[in-house]
Amino acid sequence: MVVTRMGDGSFITMTRDEVLRDVEEGVADAVKRGKIEPLSSDEIEHIVDICCRPQKFVSVEKGNELVLTYDSGTLKVTRLGIPIGMPQILQLYERVFGADSLELAYVHYSFKPIKSIVPEEQYAVAETSLVTTAPLLYGAMPNLPLYTKPDGPCENAAELLPMGKIEEAKRAQEEAAEYAIKDMVFVSSGVYEAGADGIDFDTTAAAGDAEFYATLKATEILREKYPDMAIEIGMAGEFVLGFHGSIEYDGVRLAGLYPHKQVGLAEKAGASVFGAVVNTNSSRTFPWNLGRAVTFCKACREAANIPVHANVGMGVGAVPLVMTPPIDCVSRASTAMAEVGKMDGL
Amino acid sequence: MALTHMHASGMGGIRTTGDLVARMQLSKKMRLNEAKKYVAEKLKVSVDDLADEVAMKELRQDLDIGDVYAGMGEQARGIEAKFRIAELLDIDINCVQRFLRKTKWQ
Repeated sequence: MVVTRMGDGSFITMTRDEVLRDVEEGVADAVKRGKIEPLSSDEIEHIVDICCRPQKFVSVEKGNELVLTYDSGTLKVTRLGIPIGMPQILQLYERVFGADSLELAYVHYSFKPIKSIVPEEQYAVAETSLVTTAPLLYGAMPNLPLYTKPDGPCENAAELLPMGKIEEAKRAQEEAAEYAIKDMVFVSSGVYEAGADGIDFDTTAAAGDAEFYATLKATEILREKYPDMAIEIGMAGEFVLGFHGSIEYDGVRLAGLYPHKQVGLAEKAGASVFGAVVNTNSSRTFPWNLGRAVTFCKACREAANIPVHANVGMGVGAVPLVMTPPIDCVSRASTAMAEVGKMDGL
Repeated sequence: MALTHMHASGMGGIRTTGDLVARMQLSKKMRLNEAKKYVAEKLKVSVDDLADEVAMKELRQDLDIGDVYAGMGEQARGIEAKFRIAELLDIDINCVQRFLRKTKWQ
């Protein structure tokens, strides 16, 4: 019997045939939803093999290593209650965690609150850039809902939509997008001029298509302003939610796009790296989620002309939706994304 | 989780050459194999060597581009190492350019 987990993290046992069936069903679900090519039988067998290995921890074969970028980098230590500064946390990432790149991130991980503390963040970036060697990104979330009342100046689309005020909800989101673009450009410019290698727009489109639009526009402006800036657009989910419904970028309606379509727009806007996300279904098994996630991410990688880094963390990239992601699943997802998805990074 | 990924599939950062390959992806939009090949050519090693901690530790020491150990060998670190990496990889590094501007060396 194979010991594996459900998407909620609980242990289950399956036969090898059941694992194969679930991987195939996960692949089929991605194919149906994304209208993409399925994995080959050899690739499916490779995922089954990764799932069925008895070891707690699995890894890639030598030579199949990839590049790691991070989201909310320094926060991962801050939220553990370890009271050390951001430059020191990133020294630990570099010298202890074997990080290929670094990400500096403030506790209020959104552009709107960071706008008011840019000088302090610039200091942290400048200080970190003196004592670290790996590429340094600054990360934050576009987080469009922060621009709605009572926290911000715009009407709340989530309140307008249930009242049937569709046009008003659209206008409110467009207004919020303009505020968000200004803040993203302002903060990103500040940290880049302080010495960061670039910016990571994390959990892009968490608030739907208007937020994706805002991030693409901010990327476009920054690419024009700083041709050499590294810009990573990491998504929030596999599917761009249509809270607005009709907003477009470069003539393409953003609502409903899956990763292999999202990446083309990120490229056009000027992104350097695209972070593809596939959500974990906590009611399905890890093999089902892994087959599905790798199918989506492989299609995205094949459609891309820039590096694609799959998001493989809590509740995404087949990793169970838990606060302490189990090593057995994370290492298997990491291995499958590298060897079957052939990702450029994670 | 960062440690799990590093052990399962990561290149190893400055323990090996992961930082250099990452730099080529981020600054030049190179895909993984292209970035590995570019770095291997610049370092005059094979692509297979790039994630070897032993060989790359010695090479980083020879090139003086920093590794995880500080002290003793007087390895370049931080901004010092990045000056050398920019020259080695034939790229501009933003904080190095800023350093040059602020110290009026450029």
